[in-house]
Amino acid sequence: MLSRTAANLFWMTRYLERSETTARLLDLGFRNALLPNAGGGFRNEWSAILQSKGVLDQFTEKYGELKQRNVESFLFFDLDNPSSVASCISSARENARIVRTALTSQVWDAINTSFQELKALSRRERSSLEVPELTDWTLRTSALIRGSIEATQLRNDGFRFMNLGYALERADNTARLLDVKYYVLLPSVAYVGSGLDNYQWTTLLRALSAHRAYNWAYGGELSAKQIAHFLILNPKFPRSLLSCTIEVNAHLDHLARIYDRSTPAQETARTLLAELAEARIEDVFDEGLHEFLTRMITENAGLAKCIDDQYLIGEAR
Amino acid sequence: MAEPYFNEMYDASGLRAPYRMLEGWHQNMPAEFRALKQAEAEDLFRRYGITFAVYGEGGDPDRLIPFDMFPRVFTSEEWRKLERGIKQRARALNAFLSDVYDRGEIIRAGRIPADLVYRNEAYEIAVAGFRPPLGVFSHIVGIDLVRTGADQFYVLEDNCRTPSGVSYMLENREVMMRMFPHLFQENRVAPVDGYARLLKRTLASVAPEKCDRDPKVVLLTPGHFNSAYYEHSFLADLMGIEMVEGQDLFVEGDFCYMRTTEGPQKVDVIYRRIDDAFLDPLCFRPDSALGVPGLMNVYRSGGVTICSAPGAGVADDKAIYTYVPEMVRFYLGEAPILENVPTWQCAKADDLKYVQEHIAELVIKEVHGSGGYGMLVGPKSDKATIEAFAAKLAANPSNYIAQPTLALSTCPTFVNEGIAPRHVDLRPYCLVGRDIELVPGGLTRVALTEGSLVVNSSQGGGVKDTWVIAEE
Repeated sequence: MLSRTAANLFWMTRYLERSETTARLLDLGFRNALLPNAGGGFRNEWSAILQSKGVLDQFTEKYGELKQRNVESFLFFDLDNPSSVASCISSARENARIVRTALTSQVWDAINTSFQELKALSRRERSSLEVPELTDWTLRTSALIRGSIEATQLRNDGFRFMNLGYALERADNTARLLDVKYYVLLPSVAYVGSGLDNYQWTTLLRALSAHRAYNWAYGGELSAKQIAHFLILNPKFPRSLLSCTIEVNAHLDHLARIYDRSTPAQETARTLLAELAEARIEDVFDEGLHEFLTRMITENAGLAKCIDDQYLIGEAR
Repeated sequence: MAEPYFNEMYDASGLRAPYRMLEGWHQNMPAEFRALKQAEAEDLFRRYGITFAVYGEGGDPDRLIPFDMFPRVFTSEEWRKLERGIKQRARALNAFLSDVYDRGEIIRAGRIPADLVYRNEAYEIAVAGFRPPLGVFSHIVGIDLVRTGADQFYVLEDNCRTPSGVSYMLENREVMMRMFPHLFQENRVAPVDGYARLLKRTLASVAPEKCDRDPKVVLLTPGHFNSAYYEHSFLADLMGIEMVEGQDLFVEGDFCYMRTTEGPQKVDVIYRRIDDAFLDPLCFRPDSALGVPGLMNVYRSGGVTICSAPGAGVADDKAIYTYVPEMVRFYLGEAPILENVPTWQCAKADDLKYVQEHIAELVIKEVHGSGGYGMLVGPKSDKATIEAFAAKLAANPSNYIAQPTLALSTCPTFVNEGIAPRHVDLRPYCLVGRDIELVPGGLTRVALTEGSLVVNSSQGGGVKDTWVIAEE
């Protein structure tokens, strides 16, 4: 397969996953903003969310004051914001359009339809659109596309690159979301274990569609350690770093079999998996959650670079 | 029915034979049913993704070319003559190209002025002296034809570089067969769907001599922003070959490779859909990002074949066009089967004088123009337009040629009130490799506006399915 085709498939799914994360972040901010404004000083949560996406400056430059409606528009519709839902879906569709012949018609239909619906949404009166409707739409669309890929694509190299994109982006996004909660959102360490802290944890779990699952897995008591364990090391939770890394390894192994050639990418992925599979949550907190997450984001990016070098540039022999 | 134009369905004696089966078809079609079918056709085209972007127009980049459901029909007898004429012309054009990049016999013999060839912008000095595999320069020759009478066809222009539109020929048929299967049961319509297989075979047949395996053929596209991108991906898909962009290819040593997930893979034949100027920044435009640095060196040392060959454009230049019948006589020793439209070269003083005196009756075109841009249709233009054009002509006469306004034939076309005659042309696609092939059909373009003679899709033209009735 042409390297560029593989790259388009890989980025198509990365953008799709990213659009979902932005929608989840938007939901997170929306729910946090429903929190009673007790104690003052918590209204800058939107700025924390924008910060986590690295777009705070851009937002301030364009809109000035942090008005919720503006943040919503910025995160969902604004094409100047490269990680807005609209930007991500447009980019995903553009990537899909370029490699249409590598997609089944059902997958193309699902992606193209989401793009058309997005255009229709953006034509609607903003005041008629509440955040839950927007985030629900995004999650539904995302599930539809993913389901079409799962149900109809041939299990060939293209399929593997699509799934690599999903898994890598998901790992990155989970790490970032968790980092936002732990490092950015909480005004000071004094709040750890407070009512506010718990509310934010619940909201985070909700944003990851994981709060019920968490209750089942850990018996309902919220603790930073358990939640971190759930999101990082629990192989049952599909968005945990460990789950994503298992996925990445599986798809890379498939590629090595298809091409009858193993590359440094498989090796890098295995090293990362070995660490996560062995790690205890105490180790994570010993290193410092924020430090650990930052390192994971970097290693994940390194793995993506390695995949790029080995498969998506087309010069490795 | 006395019309100034030849009507392909009804002539002076009534209904013409090839359309016999279609009269009842359209007459018995209720208006609602027709609207339903038209909507279905559009839906199909949209689903296949057959869209067309018009350069510099803005607006919807996913515009559809209007499709008219009324087919255009040729008898096998009519087609036989066209086929012979088209193949003859394609052979002569390739002989000409081989010659002008070699000894230039036709020029030495004084049959074509040297300046016209060697000073032509499309003459590619970089390939002078190089003979491509089998001596073929133009592997896909699109010949634009118009009809003015039952037995009168004229060649309007030749396209030796990368004629586009063949995907419409294929898809129009696909859509018609899906929508009106019974028409194909009642009429013996010759199939066109072998085109992709023939194209692939043609391309593989011109692989370099150095290639000692099943040739690897790829299609080189300028990218997804190109208006014909759909066609590129459609053809690549039908042929089962990779569609590559310049960035996917690179040169190493004597060969050209494509970047794949399994590492570099050697490429033998490039069916390019980009212009010469963009092929290789080291040889042509240094600012082009579309091409492959070093490609021309590989090409000239016989490591890869480029289709059509760089430099093929000199044969389809509008100034050279006048000499094509001469080429047929000179290289093939045959009488031309297809006629040229009489053409005045404004570069010549006498011709210019005639053109200036008769400007309101003529069609005037830019020598290097295409797509129906920058032309004047005298009889259809108002005074101000004509005067403005006359000034441009006077300023740079050698940039223009002129032709009489042809009485283009008409074919019945669906309009709001039922059917009405609309002007049509025809572009068949002739394939030249080890063999010379022509599928029975082509692209019929139709000027949808009443009275209009301009069929270009960029100017409001549509397309029709083109039938050749198979022999009994």
